[in-house]
Amino acid sequence: MAEQCAVIGIGQTKHRESRRDVSMPGLIRIAALQALEDADMAFEDVDAIVIGTAPDMFEGIMMPELFLADALGAAGKPIFRVHTAGSVGGSTAVVASHLVQAGVHEKVLTVAFEKQSESNAMWALSPAIPFQPQLVAGAGGYFAPLMRSYIRRADAHPDTGCMVAVKDRAHGMLNPYAHLHLDQSLEEVKAAPMLWDPIRYSETCPSSDGAVAMVLVDDKHAKRVKNPAWVRGTSVRTERTFFAGRDQVNPRAGQQCAKDVYDQAGITNPLSEIDCAEIYVPFSWFEPMWLENLGFAEEGLGWKMTMEGQTKLGANMPINMSGGVMCTNPIGASGMLRFAEAARQVRGTADKHQVDGAKVAVGHAYGGGSQFFAMWIVSSER
Amino acid sequence: MSDFLSAPYVLEYTYTRSTGPVIARFLESLRYGVLEGVKTADGRVLCPPLEYDEAGTATTGEFVQLRPAGTVKSWTWVPKPRKGHPLDRPFAFALIQIDGTDNAMVHLVDAEKPKRMKTGMRVRVRWAEERNGTIRDIACFEPVLPYLPGPVHLQYDVRPGQHYTAFLKGLEEGKLIGGCDPQSGKVYVPPRAADPVTGDPTSEYVEVADTGVLTTFTIIRIPFEGQKLKPPYCFGAIVLDGADMPIYHLISGVPYDQIRMGMRVKAKWKPREQWETSLENILYFEPTGEPDAPFESYEEHL
Repeated sequence: MAEQCAVIGIGQTKHRESRRDVSMPGLIRIAALQALEDADMAFEDVDAIVIGTAPDMFEGIMMPELFLADALGAAGKPIFRVHTAGSVGGSTAVVASHLVQAGVHEKVLTVAFEKQSESNAMWALSPAIPFQPQLVAGAGGYFAPLMRSYIRRADAHPDTGCMVAVKDRAHGMLNPYAHLHLDQSLEEVKAAPMLWDPIRYSETCPSSDGAVAMVLVDDKHAKRVKNPAWVRGTSVRTERTFFAGRDQVNPRAGQQCAKDVYDQAGITNPLSEIDCAEIYVPFSWFEPMWLENLGFAEEGLGWKMTMEGQTKLGANMPINMSGGVMCTNPIGASGMLRFAEAARQVRGTADKHQVDGAKVAVGHAYGGGSQFFAMWIVSSER
Repeated sequence: MSDFLSAPYVLEYTYTRSTGPVIARFLESLRYGVLEGVKTADGRVLCPPLEYDEAGTATTGEFVQLRPAGTVKSWTWVPKPRKGHPLDRPFAFALIQIDGTDNAMVHLVDAEKPKRMKTGMRVRVRWAEERNGTIRDIACFEPVLPYLPGPVHLQYDVRPGQHYTAFLKGLEEGKLIGGCDPQSGKVYVPPRAADPVTGDPTSEYVEVADTGVLTTFTIIRIPFEGQKLKPPYCFGAIVLDGADMPIYHLISGVPYDQIRMGMRVKAKWKPREQWETSLENILYFEPTGEPDAPFESYEEHL
């Protein structure tokens, strides 16, 4: 890679169940302007725009980047869209960083968003296509069997999922941008109705409207701010939904994505060398599963880290300091929100959910049937 | 109580009201679906118009046409409408400032539920279907919503392709056809144009059994959009005997609390005369009653 890349601006909307107060262009503009202000920049300073959102069926708009260009000051500039299902927010940031690292552009604005209230994701996930058996399960119904497999394989404590929900919601209370602000006890979480065994209502993410934006620049422009977050590694990996011998609990593409990004950043022991991580946990049981997939825990032991409280703010491996997807889920933006939170942590701008002295942080996203993965590592040091 | 006499009595009469020139003009405009306000001597606009303003000064008799929309200044919810109310469903009485005026009109807002009412909300006039020059020509006000329906309708021809067609044709005869990539020896159900591991077609067709192992599952208890079945129902991954990866189907014929990983299951087919080129020829999988498969035997399929 020819150039270093740094995050110097981050912005996001207040996330809510419904942002009917703004249009889709209005929504992304809030996040974009905030990121530019943070970077001490204006639209005219931007060289190119990379935008990401979830599959077209989720909002019913094909090629949304075309009608959103004006809201992002993109007239006369390159703009394009990245499209990798739920991991899209992450891979969008990765693509934006590559444009800078490759020396193609010096200053890139990247934006991800979703207005879930304009559609119905459960409907979009269950189309009745001729000849195909309809996926009769919904999103949680697809993932619940994988969690049952995980629990059986790891002999995990049955309260692990509930512990994650309590922890993420407690973190979300510290984040004014989060959609859910729920002060929940373990008893309340456990008492919630079962939707898809073993997933309770309280162990699922909300459906949100929201947008997030970042400004990524090369070395020369990183000086605009005192505290750039340096991109130390990026990776994207994919595998097929179904193939013989596929490990759906601990997917190989996820393991390879993590290894790749650690190798780039020179990390050999993620647990000791990484200060905190924002990982994509739309259903609480994914925390222990990803802890293992990403190498923070040995296979079969992720749930112990959670149960021992090691993933709380203030503990040794804080996970999802912002409250994560469990508190805020504008699908297309969810991946980039993870990447942005990692950058906020190493910039020291995470306010009430700041990890003291965070220097190295991971942002992670996954999508589809646990098959699309995107990660980055950011650091306060160049 | 029979010591006290009682009889129903209705006092009812239609009086005649002289409207005066100002109100007459206002009501006559309503008949044509036009909303007007009157100007006061000090330059304000009032709707509904008055002959004399609150300072006791006669209004000018000069009218201005208004946009039939306004802002709710205050409101109260009526959960149970009475007989004389203009709407027979719950509604709000509201004080509405028509755009371009300096006073407010009392009228009602058809908002369905109190959650949709807010001071400061935008409302528009819903005109009565038949108008006859009374205030009831404004049937009510309705919320102006900052969104609109966005219908999408796409039409496709779906062609399942060579390998999937082999699978579907098999189903029509009550057979489950898999495809084997000769290089890897793995059997995919349905057959594929390419084994994702080797990239080669799974071109050797083999029939697999309609029995297998339930590897993992969930009980779906939530209703959602597009759902065909009524919850609760069980959705599980089944590795058919002779196949190397699971198919997903419904599990039934057994109480939900007795469904377990490793359970041996068998397809429950529809009556033969109803068979089509569809996996729905199988209604669900049900227990065979055989001993469960040991965890190690299916662990690689999780």
